[in-house]
Amino acid sequence: MENYERIPAEKFAFVQADQILHDKKLQTKARSYFADAMIRFRKNKSSVVAAFILAFLILFALIVPIVSPYSIKDKDPNGLYTSFAPYVPAIAEKKLGIFDGAYSPDSANEYAFAGYKAIGIETGMDPIISIDSTTSNYEIIRGQKVEKKFYKLTVNQYFSKGIIVRTFSRAQYDEILAWQNESGIRVIYPWVESSDICGMTGREAENTWYKVKDETGKPEYDANGDFIPAYSTDKTIEAWEYTGKRFESDDGSYIYARGKAKDESGKYTSCQLRICYYNYYIFKMGHEPSYVFGTDSYGRDLFTAIGCGARFSLIFALIVSVINMFIGAIYGAIMGYYGGVVDLIMDRIIDILDGLPFIVCTTLFQLHLAQKVGVVPAFLFAFVLTGWTGMASLVRKQFYRFKGQEYVMAAKTLGASDKRLIFKHIFPNSLGTIITSCALIIPGVISSETNLTYLGIINLADFSGTSIGELMALGQAGYMSHPHSLFFPALFVSLLLICFNLFGNGLRDAFNPSNRGVED
Amino acid sequence: MIKYTLQRLGLMLLTLFVITLVCFVLIRMLPQPVVQPGDPHQAILEERMEAMGYGKPYLEQFGMFLRDIFTKFDWGVSFKNYVGRPVTEIFVEKMPPTLLVNLYSIVLAIPIGIILGIWAALRKNSWIDHTISTLTMVCISVPSFVYASLIQYFLCFKLDWFPILMKAGTDYFSWPMFRSMIPAVLALSFGTIAGFTRTTRAELTEVLTSEFMLLARTKGLTKTQATVRHALKNCMVVVLPSIFGSFISILSGSLIIEKIFSIPGLGDFYLNSITALDYNIFMLDTCFYTTIGLLAAVVVDVSYGFIDPRIRMGSKK
Repeated sequence: MENYERIPAEKFAFVQADQILHDKKLQTKARSYFADAMIRFRKNKSSVVAAFILAFLILFALIVPIVSPYSIKDKDPNGLYTSFAPYVPAIAEKKLGIFDGAYSPDSANEYAFAGYKAIGIETGMDPIISIDSTTSNYEIIRGQKVEKKFYKLTVNQYFSKGIIVRTFSRAQYDEILAWQNESGIRVIYPWVESSDICGMTGREAENTWYKVKDETGKPEYDANGDFIPAYSTDKTIEAWEYTGKRFESDDGSYIYARGKAKDESGKYTSCQLRICYYNYYIFKMGHEPSYVFGTDSYGRDLFTAIGCGARFSLIFALIVSVINMFIGAIYGAIMGYYGGVVDLIMDRIIDILDGLPFIVCTTLFQLHLAQKVGVVPAFLFAFVLTGWTGMASLVRKQFYRFKGQEYVMAAKTLGASDKRLIFKHIFPNSLGTIITSCALIIPGVISSETNLTYLGIINLADFSGTSIGELMALGQAGYMSHPHSLFFPALFVSLLLICFNLFGNGLRDAFNPSNRGVED
Repeated sequence: MIKYTLQRLGLMLLTLFVITLVCFVLIRMLPQPVVQPGDPHQAILEERMEAMGYGKPYLEQFGMFLRDIFTKFDWGVSFKNYVGRPVTEIFVEKMPPTLLVNLYSIVLAIPIGIILGIWAALRKNSWIDHTISTLTMVCISVPSFVYASLIQYFLCFKLDWFPILMKAGTDYFSWPMFRSMIPAVLALSFGTIAGFTRTTRAELTEVLTSEFMLLARTKGLTKTQATVRHALKNCMVVVLPSIFGSFISILSGSLIIEKIFSIPGLGDFYLNSITALDYNIFMLDTCFYTTIGLLAAVVVDVSYGFIDPRIRMGSKK
């Protein structure tokens, strides 16, 4: 060891006396800033999951309004399926307890219970899914103890409509009859005259085809405990001959079309028919009712409505963020780059716009502009007017950070113009921050938009058919009996916003690793 | 410090003035309120419209508007919803429900929020932290009407713990009234709790890793002592101003929560004035919301300087 200070000169040799040295090429591929960010992003599990759910929700919003068998304006023919529970025939048949249009009416007494059973017997579609509980009350009537049973039922709302009575013209009657003969699905049921069922009228009477004891609808049973049909055979009130396949128990004497109005010559011009609404729906719409999320209180398909509302929200939010990003970036760049008096004056303008409450701004725009340019452009202006200030402040901060750095000085010394400095040197460096904050602006816009449509300050019904906020407000009004109409829009918008925020946070952390965990 | 505060207040007044002017002109440009013929208040309303200067140049009208406010604090009378009554009078009447509900909610939310935030920060990266952070995230993302509806559906309707809507009447401090306010208070506090949890957690995690904490431990302080005496104090520099800010902004209330629980407060008052186009109420509300917003910002900024002597407000960069 001690003699390595005196190593003899001949022991040294030049390593590469005869060759020229080159820089070695990098063995690995160089990673770009964005690739680096993507790797960091992928490590963040919750954000990746959020990104997938988000992609699914966005696809949902874009595809559903196109592929859905319903359009946003579609309702069932007579508007009876309002706030109905989710129902898909193919799944309902399997009796899994989901998508079966289940609804629990207030407890039904014996007559009402018999009424449901009768609908099942007549139409062949039994509305009763299950009898959840039976309670007995005892009452003393005329000195006798009478048992009164009450049933808590779960019924299929779509089947429980059963038969309805409507007035039709001759042409409509022939059309229905022709369709019925062709498809074999019975729409027209034998007529029941009010006088044959103790003068019952109204909604209950439409489904009463059996003999009753009094006008409250107490059924009369035969020896076997079955209903006794009370179909009318009175040919004097028949409007037109029935030419279709006759009802099972019909011996040819039942009448189907009850005369309604006559013209001068004494011929009937219209008739009343008892039609099975479910089958009438198939006749009118061409398919069975199938509502994945049920219907809203207007009778629209909630699935389609959510899709339409969400599609509008997303596209609108995207447009708003792009415009705001554009204005904010340019404004912020000028503020940050020039500083001084320019900054001060421009900052005051931001102060004023920031101070203006958003709700006031939206209202004023609606009142002034909605008549002239339409609701949506007015709404867009309101968002743009006050929305870009946040982005401007952000860009300004980035500019203050970068403009003093050496590479900017160097470029300046070399004679680069202001424009070049801003757009070529400083701006690209702050791009990551700007893009990520854009991902966080979108949920903010969606949230405000939903809030305002919920409050009814903005009404988008004419433009996009509906909006999530409107659906929520409609659901809110009737959530006690139809929780689904509140639940589905609420679930959708919550999931959308949570995923957007998680995704945005993940992006921000990925682009600015130094900011990790710091939330603002 | 005083100079800075005055400067901020001055700028605030300037901003307020500009916003008021713009909104005033925009509101006056809208179609004039029409007095129904045969209305018993017709004479009064026409007189008031005359006094408000309808038909004169806008700036002159604005001058009259300011003069009325500064000399008599007269904001005009309602033309639609409460015909003929001074708007300030109705406004004061609508104030207590909003104020109370919001006050209860922040009194409930701030301690919970701060405690959750501290807990999450101390157990950073454990399952507790992850749970709290995720819940915070969810509470901040989900719009308030969603959880207001959920609270109403489950707590008020299914479980029947509370009345579905707020009780009518003016007995604001009675027990039934308080009970009927609870759902709204809960619905309002979710967002506030989440906000405070997030701020506290973010700030405290940063403080806990700073060097003076290491010094405190080296001096021989236990972890609890160091956290309570040093970390929390420093973390409050950020948390306290936002507490002041939220105390001021409780005045503005929440339109949505008030609508859902039918609280007869300012939000309701504002929404009705929009639907009925009651301009004087709308103008008063605009000024009120703007002032609250601006004031909250000023209070937050100025309080930084009072709380933390290290921050020199308004000093040159």
